[in-house]
Amino acid sequence: MSPSPASSPAYNTPNYLNAEKGVRSWLTTLDHKRIGVMYLALTLFGFFLGGVFALLIRIELLTPGPTVMDAMTYNRMFTLHGVIMIFLFMIPAIPGIFGNFFIPLMIGAQDVAFPRINLLSVYLYLLGAAIAVWGMIQGGTDTGWTFYTPYSTTTVTTVAPVLLGAFILGMGSIVTGLNFIVTVHTMRAPGVTWMRLPLFVWAMYATSVIQVLATPVLGMTLLLVAFEKVFGFGIFDPARGGDPILFQHLFWFYSHPAVYIMILPAMGVVSEVVQSAARKNMFGYKAVAFSSLGIAFVGFFVWGHHLFTSGQSTFASGVFGVLSMFVGLFTAIKVFNWTATLYQGAIQVSAPFVYFMGFLYFLIFGGLTGIALSTVSLDVHWQDTYFVVAHFHFIMVGGTIMAFLAGLHYWWPKMFGKMYSERWALAASVLVMVGFNATFIPQFLLGNMGMPRRYYSYPEQFQALNVASTAGASLLGFGFFLILFYLVASLAKGRASGPNPWFSRGYEWNTPSPPNLLNFPETPVIDRGPHEYQDGPAAEVKHAH
Amino acid sequence: MNQLNEFFRQLLFLPTQASQWSRELDYLHYFVFVTAMLGAWTTLATATVFVFRYRRKTAEQSTPIVDPKPIHEVVFIGLPLVLFLAYFAVGYPQYVRLQTPPKGAMDVYVQGKKWMWKFAFPGGPNSTDVLRVPAGRPVRLLLTSRDVIHSFYVPALRMKQDALPGRYTQIWFNADRPGRYPIFCAEYCGLGHSSMLGELVVMPAEEWDVWMEQQRRGSQPLAQDGQPTAAEEPDLRGSLVDQGRRIAAVQGCFKCHTVDGTQHIGPTWLDLSGRTVKLEGGKTVVADEAYLTRSMMEPNAEIVAGYKDKAVMPTYQGKLSAPDAAAITEFIKSLRTDAPTAEPQKGPIYVPVTGK
Repeated sequence: MSPSPASSPAYNTPNYLNAEKGVRSWLTTLDHKRIGVMYLALTLFGFFLGGVFALLIRIELLTPGPTVMDAMTYNRMFTLHGVIMIFLFMIPAIPGIFGNFFIPLMIGAQDVAFPRINLLSVYLYLLGAAIAVWGMIQGGTDTGWTFYTPYSTTTVTTVAPVLLGAFILGMGSIVTGLNFIVTVHTMRAPGVTWMRLPLFVWAMYATSVIQVLATPVLGMTLLLVAFEKVFGFGIFDPARGGDPILFQHLFWFYSHPAVYIMILPAMGVVSEVVQSAARKNMFGYKAVAFSSLGIAFVGFFVWGHHLFTSGQSTFASGVFGVLSMFVGLFTAIKVFNWTATLYQGAIQVSAPFVYFMGFLYFLIFGGLTGIALSTVSLDVHWQDTYFVVAHFHFIMVGGTIMAFLAGLHYWWPKMFGKMYSERWALAASVLVMVGFNATFIPQFLLGNMGMPRRYYSYPEQFQALNVASTAGASLLGFGFFLILFYLVASLAKGRASGPNPWFSRGYEWNTPSPPNLLNFPETPVIDRGPHEYQDGPAAEVKHAH
Repeated sequence: MNQLNEFFRQLLFLPTQASQWSRELDYLHYFVFVTAMLGAWTTLATATVFVFRYRRKTAEQSTPIVDPKPIHEVVFIGLPLVLFLAYFAVGYPQYVRLQTPPKGAMDVYVQGKKWMWKFAFPGGPNSTDVLRVPAGRPVRLLLTSRDVIHSFYVPALRMKQDALPGRYTQIWFNADRPGRYPIFCAEYCGLGHSSMLGELVVMPAEEWDVWMEQQRRGSQPLAQDGQPTAAEEPDLRGSLVDQGRRIAAVQGCFKCHTVDGTQHIGPTWLDLSGRTVKLEGGKTVVADEAYLTRSMMEPNAEIVAGYKDKAVMPTYQGKLSAPDAAAITEFIKSLRTDAPTAEPQKGPIYVPVTGK
């Protein structure tokens, strides 16, 4: 094992946080780690904004009639919530933060393949986010994040700036994906073979392929909508000879794979966390690695399951339905292998592991409700109801955000060299998970009862469950604030974590924590797979303490 | 069997089943629910047992390398695959049946528009928001939309179909349980999306025949809408004001206009009569009988200032007879804040289906 032990004299250089000072050094940095930290700050701000709008929506839904806002404001709120959460948090967060920070460290590289393009992606994100949020607030976009035509092309509110913003954000997403693909192909250190690639890198690789192939379709679709809206072309509007369903096909051709852009990185994160927390190599490494590619591939052929009630051909619905089940199959393979990884392990129940267990629970139920939805006939009842809302929040919040939190707690000491309060972390994790269940289980039942989504007012029989959901959401919001609070506090007052507080054998822990500006003073040579714990404590880790 | 059905239906908060198709769909729902729960909790219980069984003893404990045998991955893939395909094998034929109307089904044209449902039997009559169908006979709906995409959704039938502008889609049902069931719009369509409510009234077939006969004979030629319920039955002895309130309710006026001064899609009717109204474009007009009637028949001729973007009111030319328009005008005139009695009516309060 020859990456230098983290405490070797070769590492006696400043870490990446202290190597250069000043705001300017951050704004012009080409260092993948600093770019990851910038993404952390930016996407967390996006998450905060999206969360505020989510809480406003839940407050409005406390009573059947108007509660605190009028119908127009409500419609704008759920549009803001959807657009911000998806384009400013779910899609860029894990790739932008953990992908940037850890892919080079995990494959023994000094940086990503194109550091300047990497910095460009941050600015594309900033520009796109600014235009989209400004446009939505200024123009009061009320279309929902799906922009369905002909509503979006005939609404009196302004839609074009949001489309432009999403287009620019898409560009950022494409260049990030391209950068990661080239990095993984060309910059692996000696000994990091494809079959020794950390599973997080595999998942990010699969994600990047989707980003590069699917995002251009979003760009084209948004351009077509903008053309129709601005120049009056008849592409989607039937009044001008267009086809509204064509928009749905094009939109979901991107946006369904985009769901896997959101969940695949999460699966990569928990693969790392579970191996470290259980001190076990992944049971079925190949199955987990290849099922990521499987999801990326099949994910391109399932978009029609959003159109079961649109009047698309019955045959097409059948094909899309059965293909959708294969996504569930690949996910099931991962779930079983993660569970089997715990077998004969040495499990440390710490905050990252608690979030892993939460992730497993939410992904199983989110995934199985997805299977239920793709049985075609059941979807006829559930389509566009709160059941679907609850299903995708189980995957997006329960899956992706639990994994994000698992990764954040697991890698926090790696990124900043500080330890947070474990007691507060466990308390917050309980709060978040109880709050999440209380928010979304009632929404499954509301969907069964038949409450459609995007409803400003509702018949009275739906009220009790809506109140329960709002109560849960406030708990959830409180939990997130608690996390923010103790993490920020740890930066100021947390104890130093040491290079490897988890005694993890993931490759990224072969450097000091926080890492140096130059990742590896000498090219590391890897001679074992990631997370192999069979031979007693590894020399370099022992040395570090 | 019935008790089991009822147990699961209530456990899962499902609404009444008003057709055989909805019952069969629910059976699949129960099957998926039970098997998925078993699979999920077995997996989670296994993970939990491992967590307790394999706790870490020392910080740097070593563990054996455990790699799967091929049989493990075969089981991991095979078990869910068999289960998922079983779901699909039941669910897909159900879906195909829903998409294939039987020969001889009665046609009803459905048109969605912001924010109401219009129904038309090919031989008449037409109605707004209330669809009356006979129990036990197949009905085929031919759906379209006048503006944006809407989705016709009857939870009690577990049935939903998008109504698209510029084309017709179809779906069919055979409701076998008389009753009144809510109709929702399930596809987001703007400001009034959540108030685009309707009602499906399933009548015993003989009663429906009598009703239809009356409609066709023209015994009530002016009733363009769903028949008034007993409570709304026209009382010819009632004043014009009472008749006006009833007609306005049946015609769906309260979907956009309030009678208590609240801002809604259209201008409120409270204190409207006799007021000087500012119009789009700067002109003003006194809201007298002529103006009120003209606004019913040609709603876009004189738009009240501030409502240009919301000018969605359809014309009622040919739908309101002269006496009806007069009754509504009288009703509007009666709506005054200084009137001796407070006005209890608060717009179209949706009456939920009673009983679960």
